[in-house]
Amino acid sequence: MREMVKMVIVLVVLSSLSGGLLAGLKNKYQERIDNQILTFVKGPAIHSILKDASNDPVADRFSLSINDAEKVFFVGIIDGVPRAVAFEAFGGGYGGDLGVMVAVDVQTDEIINISVTTHNETPGIGSAVETDTDFKNQFAGKKAVGDFKVKNDGGEITAMSGATVTSKAVCSAVQRAGDMYQQVKSQIKDQVKNFTG
Amino acid sequence: MAKTIGQEFVKGLWEEIPPFRLVLGLCPTLAVTKSVENGIGMGLATTFVLVCANILVSLLSGVIPSKIRIACFIIIIATFVTVVELMMQAYAYQLFQNLGIFIPLIVVNCIVLGRSEAFASKNKVVPSFADGLGIGIGFTISLTVISAVRESLGTGKIMGNQLFGSSFEPFSFMVEAPGAFICLGLLLCVMNMVSSK
Repeated sequence: MREMVKMVIVLVVLSSLSGGLLAGLKNKYQERIDNQILTFVKGPAIHSILKDASNDPVADRFSLSINDAEKVFFVGIIDGVPRAVAFEAFGGGYGGDLGVMVAVDVQTDEIINISVTTHNETPGIGSAVETDTDFKNQFAGKKAVGDFKVKNDGGEITAMSGATVTSKAVCSAVQRAGDMYQQVKSQIKDQVKNFTG
Repeated sequence: MAKTIGQEFVKGLWEEIPPFRLVLGLCPTLAVTKSVENGIGMGLATTFVLVCANILVSLLSGVIPSKIRIACFIIIIATFVTVVELMMQAYAYQLFQNLGIFIPLIVVNCIVLGRSEAFASKNKVVPSFADGLGIGIGFTISLTVISAVRESLGTGKIMGNQLFGSSFEPFSFMVEAPGAFICLGLLLCVMNMVSSK
């Protein structure tokens, strides 16, 4: 009996110390890690969809709270006017959440382009979503509102061959992005004015 | 057969060098040695975990009940692995992206658990530290050598520098999984030839 108590105590103490230490470290470095993710994961995605921006969209950003969650918006200045915002939304893919960066033109409400930030899709099949520009270009020019569906589900998007689940995940991420955009459109328009070329 | 501190350290560099002599930790060895940078990064991460885990295990060996020692070792090791993972995310994000899943997998690297179980739990702090450092540096050297062979033959480059003339056709086979086995086998063969003389 005594031995058992000792085992329980040792494990509990060890686990709590470990948990406490790691939580502390994570808190301390969270900001730095977020910055790194911004530079190495989101940065390239943002730059690739806001090619025409004359500013650095990664540096010019603001955040709004949507449904109690902070969401970061990146502002792109095109032709001297801050008219593009890029933000990330997620859809459920084959291997967990799939992140899509969506750039929207705030003057026309049209999607400028999309880019994939994070995914765990099957290498060689779903992972083609990283490079398949024909697939992603289908979203460009569409209004950031309403349903985005693959043709199988009665939508307009042609799925990538052999990667229907991934294609659907991208669609649902873009749809969520559209919903978010509609929800905070007026706030976005107010915020965007603060950025000038 | 008590060894001096120096001997405990040096044995990890040749006599018991992983993964050639201690044939443990093959998973990261085969998986990440596609480039020298990854090899060194993985080696140093493992060294840090080994040294810290060895020190803590030898300090706590009197307190940990023997029936749950493996669970306790794993908690200690997992804690340090998560520390490494967080630090790498904060300071070397690209390396983190390259090594990916193999950083969290250091937890199940048999070298680390093997040293805790076979050495640190039975020895004092200073020899455990020397043992961990020696084995860790040995592992780093091995990974560097394997990855240098694979990267130079497989891509014709070392850390981004072109090694051979432009007429060199890379054996892309060497940076694939089978190349890892063949490279490991050949290096082991060379080591055996040297030490049998």
